Amino acid sequence: MSEQTYEPKIVGFLCNWCSYAGADLAGAARLKYPPNIKIIRVPCSGRVSPELVIRTFREGADGVMVLGCHIGDCHYATGNHRTARRMPVLRALLEFTGIESERLLVKWVSSSEGELFAQTVREFTEKLRQMPPLGLRMTSSK
Amino acid sequence: MMDAGRHPNITLLTYSEVESVSGYVGNFVVRIRKRARSVKEDLCTGCGTCEENCPRRVVDTVYEAGLGYRTAIYRPFAQAVPAIPVIDRENCLYFTKGKCRICEKVCPTHAIDYTQEDTILEVEVGNIILATGFDPFDARRIPQFGYGRFPNVFTSLELERMLSGAGPTGGKVVLRDGKTVPQRVAIIHCVGSRDKNYREYCSRVCCMYSLKLAHLIHHKTHAEVYNFYIDIRAPGKMYEEFYHRVLDEGIHFVRGKVAQVTDAARGPEEEGRLVVQFEDTLTGLQRRMPVDMVVLAIGLEPRHDSREVARLFGISTDADGWFKEKHPKLDPVATMTDGVFVAGCAQGPKDIPDSVAQGAAAAARVLSLIGQGEVEVEAATAVVDELMCVGCGQCIQACPYSAIEYLEDRRIAHVIEALCKGCGTCVGACPSKAISLRHFTDQQLIWEMRGAIYGMQVQHAEHRGN
Ligand SMILES: Cc1cc2nc3c(=O)[nH]c(=O)nc-3n(C[C@H](O)[C@H](O)[C@H](O)COP(=O)(O)OP(=O)(O)OC[C@H]3O[C@@H](n4cnc5c(N)ncnc54)[C@H](O)[C@@H]3O)c2cc1C
Ligand code: SF4
Ligand code: SF4
Repeated sequence: MSEQTYEPKIVGFLCNWCSYAGADLAGAARLKYPPNIKIIRVPCSGRVSPELVIRTFREGADGVMVLGCHIGDCHYATGNHRTARRMPVLRALLEFTGIESERLLVKWVSSSEGELFAQTVREFTEKLRQMPPLGLRMTSSK
Repeated sequence: MMDAGRHPNITLLTYSEVESVSGYVGNFVVRIRKRARSVKEDLCTGCGTCEENCPRRVVDTVYEAGLGYRTAIYRPFAQAVPAIPVIDRENCLYFTKGKCRICEKVCPTHAIDYTQEDTILEVEVGNIILATGFDPFDARRIPQFGYGRFPNVFTSLELERMLSGAGPTGGKVVLRDGKTVPQRVAIIHCVGSRDKNYREYCSRVCCMYSLKLAHLIHHKTHAEVYNFYIDIRAPGKMYEEFYHRVLDEGIHFVRGKVAQVTDAARGPEEEGRLVVQFEDTLTGLQRRMPVDMVVLAIGLEPRHDSREVARLFGISTDADGWFKEKHPKLDPVATMTDGVFVAGCAQGPKDIPDSVAQGAAAAARVLSLIGQGEVEVEAATAVVDELMCVGCGQCIQACPYSAIEYLEDRRIAHVIEALCKGCGTCVGACPSKAISLRHFTDQQLIWEMRGAIYGMQVQHAEHRGN
């Protein structure tokens, strides 16, 4: 299993107002976290459709992170309430299709929680390292 | 208040309630229920003859904090603007028993109208300022302080009324019997505030008004006044100086939380008095102090209906229930809904100077919008692909701003661009992929994601290569 060379690939969808700013803070504060994540900025975690997550796995990601503002702090009032309701359903769906649901991480990280962001990436990378690569890369026409 | 009442460009609608709001910045339509006052506003001169003659007396729990009475036809307080009274139909003898009509007889201008009904007004406005204020903390919720159980435990609000020359006691500080002047008074700070069991925040005004009350009580009664405090918070112009003045006047300060107020005497000096049991954190001792009067410095809470009001105006509240401003530091007056502004305690606890400043700031923000004549809208808005939309309405439910309308005739959803804030929650919800968000389309995100994964592959391959 865990060959020395396997490095998980993580795509993080971070909301612009809280989590993206939190990640920015992690950088500004020079906190260390593994380079296994690439971040995609979305306006709100509510913008992340289940389909986009599945698509990301299909394109070869080993893990997907959806980070948004804490409940009650959403810049768009209740956008993250949608995320909170949508993602558990997606998780069940992932299990159904044979993708371990732990590969999808949904968490609330505020713009002041740079350390929480760094720690989340560290822990998630570590967890994925213990799992085999997902290797779902398929050619897509679009 | 008088100035606002007289200003030609200001229409005051008192005894009225907003029922619904639709539209968007520059184009709000507000439906207002103007309650039946039973007094014709155009005829009433505010002479007060009706109040003088009304035989029905009711305990005034609002303005007089339960310490005084008002009549069934009344004005909330002497300086109320407009000076037009209202009949409290629940207590009026005519409305409850069918007999009386005295006010009708005495009114010199025949302004009384028992048949008046609520009217609905629809007004078009461009901007809205919410300044709905706070609710005082209900001291009964902390049973160990004995409010409601021991007559001589008062709230700060009751003291405010007592200290007013026009108040129920004519400005005298007396115990509940209406005559005994207290010799020793305890003021308990932070009642309901800075307390994990009630409100964790600091209500910001209680320290300063407690100092004011201490000063006035001491000045009027020469009583010994003890303040029981956690910290004294006096941040503001001349506030710290006032604290020092009160210290110099000989007011006592005890640092520590009060455990309880009791009437169970443990010695002759406690007999017949209230006893404050507390920990003095500066000496580390548990102590008891007999007093005649206890004043609870109640904190400020969000209004009980703040969440409903927020929903009505399409804004949000924070976890406690205060209206949420757009940005706590950089935009403390605007909200996430364009054209809706907040001012005063509705946004969070603050004192009068800060409330006034925020009110003026909100007015200035509105004026600048009016002056510009145009509004900037979010560029990244959602659009519905009319061919793909099946009219299921998922996006309408998902949108936090009610920015999507259903076009009955064409059975599709339609985004009102002026309302859309560009969060994209609708996109995540649409099962037909019919709605997309400009600048964050599926295609854009997918390419970005592909690029990210490809980049990582290359990076890892290079890493392995080295
Ligand atoms: C005991 C006590 C003592 C204080 N002493 C001082 C002091 O000495 N100095 C000082 O600076 N500050 C003091 N304060 C604080 C001060 O009261 C507040 O700062 C101030 O009242 C805030 O003003 P506001 O206009 O924001 O809210 P409010 O004064 O609460 O006014 C809000 C108004 O909105 C109305 N309203 C609410 N909901 C609706 C609705 N849905 N539709 C229509 N109308 C509505 C309410 O009826 C009310 O008239 C004290 C507070 C307390 C509790
Ligand atoms: S009719 Fe009602 S309001 Fe008028 S005087 Fe009688 S009790 Fe008061
Ligand atoms: S993007 Fe957000 S604000 Fe705009 S229509 Fe969709 S859900 Fe509403």
